[in-house]
Amino acid sequence: MSVMLLILLLLGAGVVAWVSERVNTTLPNWIALITFVATTLWVLVIWFNGPDTDGLYANLNREWIPRFGIDLHLRVDALSLMLIGLTTFLGIVAVVSSWTETKTRHGFFQFNILWVMAGVIGVFSAFDLFLFFFFWEVMLIPMYFLIAIWGHEDKEYASMKFFLFTQISGLLMLVAIVALVWINYNISGVLTFDYDVLKEANLDIATARLLMLGFFIAFITKLPSVPVHTWLPDAHTQAPTAGSVILAGILLKTGAYGIIRFVVPMFNEASKEFWVWGMSLGVISILYGGYLAYSQTDFKRLVAYSSIAHMGFILVGVYSFSKLGTQGAIITMIAHGFSTAALFMMAGAIQERLHTREMSKMGGLWVRAPRMGAVTMFFVVASVGMPGLGNFIGEFLVLIGAFQKSVVLTVFAAIGIVVAAVYGLSLMQRSFQGVPNPDVPKMHDFAFREMSVMVLLMIALVWVGIYPQSLLQMTAPLLSELLRPTL
Amino acid sequence: MHLLWAIPALPLAGFLILFLTEGRLPRSVVSSIGAGSVGLAALLTGYVAWQFTSSDSSEFVSSSWTWMIVGEFNVSFRLWVDALSLVMVSVITGVGFLIHWYATGYMSEEEGYSRFFCYMNLFVFAMLILVMGDNLLLLFLGWEGVGLCSYLLIGFFHKVPEFGYAARKAFVVTRVGDTFLIIALFLIFKQVGSLQIQEGLTFARESMPDPATINTIICLLLLGGAVGKSAQVPLQTWLPDAMAGPTPVSALIHAATMVTAGVYLIARMQDFFMLSQTAMLCVAAVGLVTLFIASFTALVQSDIKRVLAYSTMSQIGYMFFALGVGAWSAGLFHLMTHAFFKALLFLASGSVILAMHHEQNMFKMGGLWKKLPIPFIAMLVGSAALVALPLTSGFFSKDAILLTAWKNSPYAILFWTVAVIAAFLTSLYTVRMMVLTFFGKPQSEMHELKKESLWHPSRIRTVVPFGLLAVLSIAGGWMGFEFTSDLFGDKGVHAEFHFDPIALLTLGIPFAGVVVGYFLFASDLVDRRKIIKNRLSDLLSKFWHSGWGFDWLYDTLVVKPFRFIAQTRTNRNDIVDLFFKLIKFLASLFHHILSMFQTGHVRWYAFTMVGGLLLVFLAVVWI
Repeated sequence: MSVMLLILLLLGAGVVAWVSERVNTTLPNWIALITFVATTLWVLVIWFNGPDTDGLYANLNREWIPRFGIDLHLRVDALSLMLIGLTTFLGIVAVVSSWTETKTRHGFFQFNILWVMAGVIGVFSAFDLFLFFFFWEVMLIPMYFLIAIWGHEDKEYASMKFFLFTQISGLLMLVAIVALVWINYNISGVLTFDYDVLKEANLDIATARLLMLGFFIAFITKLPSVPVHTWLPDAHTQAPTAGSVILAGILLKTGAYGIIRFVVPMFNEASKEFWVWGMSLGVISILYGGYLAYSQTDFKRLVAYSSIAHMGFILVGVYSFSKLGTQGAIITMIAHGFSTAALFMMAGAIQERLHTREMSKMGGLWVRAPRMGAVTMFFVVASVGMPGLGNFIGEFLVLIGAFQKSVVLTVFAAIGIVVAAVYGLSLMQRSFQGVPNPDVPKMHDFAFREMSVMVLLMIALVWVGIYPQSLLQMTAPLLSELLRPTL
Repeated sequence: MHLLWAIPALPLAGFLILFLTEGRLPRSVVSSIGAGSVGLAALLTGYVAWQFTSSDSSEFVSSSWTWMIVGEFNVSFRLWVDALSLVMVSVITGVGFLIHWYATGYMSEEEGYSRFFCYMNLFVFAMLILVMGDNLLLLFLGWEGVGLCSYLLIGFFHKVPEFGYAARKAFVVTRVGDTFLIIALFLIFKQVGSLQIQEGLTFARESMPDPATINTIICLLLLGGAVGKSAQVPLQTWLPDAMAGPTPVSALIHAATMVTAGVYLIARMQDFFMLSQTAMLCVAAVGLVTLFIASFTALVQSDIKRVLAYSTMSQIGYMFFALGVGAWSAGLFHLMTHAFFKALLFLASGSVILAMHHEQNMFKMGGLWKKLPIPFIAMLVGSAALVALPLTSGFFSKDAILLTAWKNSPYAILFWTVAVIAAFLTSLYTVRMMVLTFFGKPQSEMHELKKESLWHPSRIRTVVPFGLLAVLSIAGGWMGFEFTSDLFGDKGVHAEFHFDPIALLTLGIPFAGVVVGYFLFASDLVDRRKIIKNRLSDLLSKFWHSGWGFDWLYDTLVVKPFRFIAQTRTNRNDIVDLFFKLIKFLASLFHHILSMFQTGHVRWYAFTMVGGLLLVFLAVVWI
């Protein structure tokens, strides 16, 4: 029951935040912040209370539209709980990072943020395919508004591109869902959208392959992977800071989650055949994304392309069909959420101060704002994959898992580690090091508001880096279910 | 209870304090935290070493804390120390402390004093983890950590763009090596099923499948990692540029400790390497080629720190060479003595550079011995050890390597000859460096030496580290060999000193080098201008000066193409996106074509309606 309340709370708070802008323009910010802090604490309480005997933290299964076999089935296991925790926590980051950024329609802005998050939590907990698709759409539309209304110079183009990519790939998924339900109905005579039932559907391999592709394309578009990644750099660059934080930190993870939760367990055999393709796409994303990241001159765009590279590791991990790889993919999801959120927040903070994202107009910022320099260094180092911080754990587990499956592909993926160093350090040097740019006489350093969030993110990354076991042991029991070793 | 964990914990605590206070502490406090934490760690190391030698066990193990467990994959934070690690730990904390102490004076006028010690302490912590980790992943954590600190400290003066590039170069080039290392880890895990070092060694000794091709591959991958970190051919190009960092950094990271991590790695994985002739040969060859190339390069440099950098490279080459020919103890022994005398040389050169207002060009020095007596004496001692004059520490270690090479290596004559030529070159470039810096006529107007740097009120901060390092550079040889010789039990090869021609030749070569060097660089017997004007020598010196063209090669083959493609516009705009842009273009094209039909004239609509009906009618009739 608790997760339904969580979603309703966010939806409700969104409406309240919207109307509260009549009272005061900062009131919506406070409402959103308090909501996210409260929900984060709530998730922590659930976390520490531990799972029930089935390994579940929450479970709700009610009839919704019985005529079509659609249920209100929300279930939270360890994987879902982690991602929900990440979502509410990054909600705090998003609200704080855009605290002073919005100039118009403050209430509607926070409404959209809260509703995206509600949709995302729904996605992470829906165990009914129709419900899943419903939430998938719920999170899309507020995100579109966030980019289209509060975005930067090219916002119409970027938001439309984002919308079309997600919508068209979502359509493929919808077709696949309906087809799956229909086929299952023909076989078993039961009309249902329930995950547990459909997972066991007795599909012949050709159908399974086709349906898997429908899901797969939708999810890699969201992830994103080469070649359907091109919406991401535009959307990220143009989105307001909160939008980028949410996009990179959480929305991309819904794609990864979809692959882990739906594609692999539901179409197990078809996926196993498909491993070379999955892993190769991952490797290409790692190298191509990394290389393009290096080519960028726009701070935010660079970080955006680096996300594509990091998400490539998730594909490699999942399609290695090993415990190590899957665990690595899950850790990467969490760690990348923290590190990229921080980097996008930094990009936003710089843009708010200098009114540019071009790195050629930065340079030597360390002298102006040493705290921002040190913080950026920390997160660049994290995303470069420094042992002791979270991202390394994820990438290492992915690679060591993948190595057992394919030496060649793993070696290529490992080259990505070098590429990451190239673009990461180049980002650092072009923006913060070197001769201080004379056009930037002054820049406010981070004060309490921004610093407190950054410190939280740093702690989080160190925690994942040196005590990943706290996460690994939670998801360990799930692995056999997710991987479904051939019976 | 042997406080093992406290050794790395102390510098870590120092790092955390300095990091969290964001440079708000007064300098005196920063000094005591920065240098003090390493000093305490050194004391503690002494205590642990005493416990170790007086106990019967051959290993000390700390309690462990789970890092991660996935299925059979299981690594934990656990420290594991044997005699080999203990030698490394002693060098790191001992020499490290002296360098930190010296740095409190050297850096006293620089900005970012606290940041400097923050990075330095983090470095010491990472280096300690590297040598104390009981599994390869923990070793890798230290390995990457020291790389990061090296990057941060090379680029310490972050306002100078060249330093930033040097720092990036160092990080990226060593990362190439690190990638080999991490792939080696994957392979070891696949073979052994564990990353525990001791389990791996046991596996290598007892159950490595035969023929051990896999083992050879593992060794070569490990060598790849070692080559990057230790600046050996072909990944050596970053070290000379790394001299951009403050001189204490060069002394600590790029001479005494981090660059010897590769030697430690190979020594640590000894049982793997012992199984593979090919791998051992490769190790020896890498060392030999590096020491040959670097010695020539050092001969023509004009920057005093670059001479020392190339010298470091070649001395590490000796260590690799020693490992490759099976002289494990001699190699480790040389690692230790080299740490003493090279740290001394770097620190002394640092004092010279500081006195010269950051002038590093030796041709602008000259005649400094009177004005800088203390650095001069320090450097003289260091040079004697570097050249391996008898009774200095360098003599004992280098002689041991050369003699073992003669007795034990597969291509004894070739290997020994090359190594001896390099020893001769070592003498030459050392003499050249000393002559240019300290003798002859003063070469520049910059001799307005800062009074205070000559007789600095707190010169104890330089004199004491110099003195202690000088004592170690001389005496380290007598006490050290006993200590290092039983590191590897009976596995290593030892060469006893006998009076035979080879031994005498080995003994005499450094002297010959010094004498020739004197005639070449100091006396008037040789006309140096003639040599310089000679076309061949000019060409050679240019070639050597550039470090045998490696930088040029990598620039042309890798860096430039990479940059070129990255900077073209279409690429920045993502080629894949062109496809989606094409779709967009087609869609809007059809949109425009179709909207042209929408004229708003009723006549036109009527005409198209009738036309359409006609077409349908015709189609029906025909079909």
